[in-house]
Amino acid sequence: MRKFLLMSCVGGFALLANGAAFANEELIQLSKDPKQWVMPTGDYFNQRFSKLSQINSDNVKRLVPLWTFSTGVLRGHEGGPLVIGHVMYFSTPFPNIVYALDLNHDGKILWKYEPKQDPNVIPVMCCDTVNRGVAYGDGKIFLHQADTTLVALDARTGAVVWSVKNGDPSRGETGTSAPYVVKDKVLVGISGGEFGVRGSVTAYDIKTGKRVWRGYSMGPDSDTLMDPQKTTHLGKPVGVDSGITTWKGDQWKIGGGATWGWISYDPELDLIYYGSGNPSTWNPKQRPGDNRWSMTIWARNPDTGMTKWVYQLTPHDEWDYDAINEMILVNQEMRKVLVHFDRNGFAYTIDRETGEPLVAEKYDPVVNWASKVDLDKNSPTYGRPLVVKEYSTEANGEDVNTQGICPAALGSKDQQPAAYSPETGLFYVPANHVCMDYEPFRVSYTAGQPYVGATLSMYPPKGETNMGNFTAWDAKAGKIIWQKKELFSVWSGALATAGNVVFYGTLEGYLKAVDARTGDELFKFKTPSGIIGNVSTYEHNGKQYVAVLSGVGGWAGIGLAAGLTKATEGLGAVGGYAGLANYTALGGQLTVFGLPSGL
Amino acid sequence: MHISSMVQAVSIAILVAFTATAKAEAPGDPKAVKQEKGKYLDAKGDPTFNVKPDGTVDWYTYSGFRRYHSECHVCHGPDGEGSTYAPALKDSMKTLNYAEYYGIVVGGKQDLGGGENKVMPALGDNKNVMCYVDDIYIYLRARSMDAIGRGRPEKHEEKPAQAAEFEQSCFAEKS
Repeated sequence: MRKFLLMSCVGGFALLANGAAFANEELIQLSKDPKQWVMPTGDYFNQRFSKLSQINSDNVKRLVPLWTFSTGVLRGHEGGPLVIGHVMYFSTPFPNIVYALDLNHDGKILWKYEPKQDPNVIPVMCCDTVNRGVAYGDGKIFLHQADTTLVALDARTGAVVWSVKNGDPSRGETGTSAPYVVKDKVLVGISGGEFGVRGSVTAYDIKTGKRVWRGYSMGPDSDTLMDPQKTTHLGKPVGVDSGITTWKGDQWKIGGGATWGWISYDPELDLIYYGSGNPSTWNPKQRPGDNRWSMTIWARNPDTGMTKWVYQLTPHDEWDYDAINEMILVNQEMRKVLVHFDRNGFAYTIDRETGEPLVAEKYDPVVNWASKVDLDKNSPTYGRPLVVKEYSTEANGEDVNTQGICPAALGSKDQQPAAYSPETGLFYVPANHVCMDYEPFRVSYTAGQPYVGATLSMYPPKGETNMGNFTAWDAKAGKIIWQKKELFSVWSGALATAGNVVFYGTLEGYLKAVDARTGDELFKFKTPSGIIGNVSTYEHNGKQYVAVLSGVGGWAGIGLAAGLTKATEGLGAVGGYAGLANYTALGGQLTVFGLPSGL
Repeated sequence: MHISSMVQAVSIAILVAFTATAKAEAPGDPKAVKQEKGKYLDAKGDPTFNVKPDGTVDWYTYSGFRRYHSECHVCHGPDGEGSTYAPALKDSMKTLNYAEYYGIVVGGKQDLGGGENKVMPALGDNKNVMCYVDDIYIYLRARSMDAIGRGRPEKHEEKPAQAAEFEQSCFAEKS
């Protein structure tokens, strides 16, 4: 972290020398101050690490909730609060209310912004009406609404500065991801992979909201913003119109590759990183080819959108293993790498300058759909997962129920971001531990209607009762260091701190603190509803706080009922497992923790 | 049958059902009394399930299981058990009759306010749903009566030729 800050500093000065007053410099400066939490993922590297250590592994057991706040909304609360100065900002699920709370007065409401949106956007959101948080930059708070409106609000007053529509919900395009501020631009992705949208990332001018560039996940080079010679995939030029040539006919036009996850940025290399989602439909037979560039990690120039490199993790997806999970940037001795825990169950360590995969190992031992990722550069299958035929829904075909695939479509991990501690050198991964049956079948496309084409059922791995894990991972060796079982999927973003404590939430509603080195549970408190939000920390008037949103929902919300199907299936979990509905109910609440006074 | 004419007919039926009586008629006895074009019908002539003593289900119950888990389960949860943002249809079906069910599928449903903002889309134009609207009804009706458990029905009757014919013509029709 220190090394990174130093680097960012240098990068920042370099920019300043160029005479440009870029917002990212403000963010770099702000993110150096551990008292604030200025970006949803903590910093540009998406490390979700705080240097604060007042709350540490010795005293965290005395943590108590100090104040709470009801958001007035009862659906899935993803994302988490930002803290800038003495103000806390966060957004709710639809109707996407933004609150600015005064930390000087126990969270008094400084302003509240509630957009008017057509509720018909709700059913075109695949998995609840979640919103993964607001972004800050240039004195503004940026909200990405469900109906794809990107709005800039004055951070002091909540007044609308500018507003722009990024997509069309009547075609199934929706907004769930957090905006991302880089330099003088605000970047947003788009959701709708289950509706046959064509995913893209779009950059808007931070001052005016004017569109600067849009890079699609598939289509001709002018749409994907690729140079057939200079843009590379696994070290080789991608060639002309690579976003079309691996599709049948015009299928790329409804090809999916939604971009609903997180973005990260390396100021030194001047590249942004993010992933694209599943190809549409979920029926692989219906869309022959590798379906580029769905399921792909992207490295783009933030000013022009031009693609430097891509890496398609799951070519011709047959399981819904979106590649949208966050890219965490860390610097190893010899290399600048990107660490990515993919839905497909493999954790990738990739050279982020070139896109060369260095490590790709399973971060959950039950992953069975592929034996390994081929990292032999001379092999014809270089970079590709070696698919196990038994679990190939393509090989088994339409109208055949392929059973026992691990992980489930939820992935070994979904969007809930992992954390990295430079002090332990470990990654802390909120994970799912769920397998599935998957039966693809033919579907027809209608704009704005679901375009799924597969029947799924999900359940814990054979003989096991837990559907989640919290895992500490060594990205250099590609090894699990410790793994803590959780009854349900861990659908909450982790937070690592210099106090040797790692925080995360659970679907039952617990905020938990574990020892960063051993994984021993040090603290837990049950909040009013299941947690699918991301944990933040900040310091105010000399005191460290930990904040998290509760409100069960999201894709995990179907977990309220998910679980064992039939006692006769012999999953070994009968009786040991009960539905999430027995533990929690709907809610919408912020809980702020701290050590009791006088300690 | 042409989908849009179906929509019209059903919309009228729903309108009548809701305005004429304070409470719509309950679904009635699900017992299959006859079979028409491979589909089981109850005494009122509404589509219903048929589960044999050995657990073998009729084709439509099985087909409905598959279509439900493609088109509906992302909101309504696995096996009709509900989610945090959509009701458990295995319970809803205890009070919704066939016409009401049909009307909601075609026209959608909104339940705004109270912090929840539940909205179901109008699926009348969605062939992946409408070509199997009876299948899904029959499956959920079986779930609501506990005639079948959770998960995939293990044994099912052969697909009736009429079901395949209907499927083909339904998808071929312009909506």
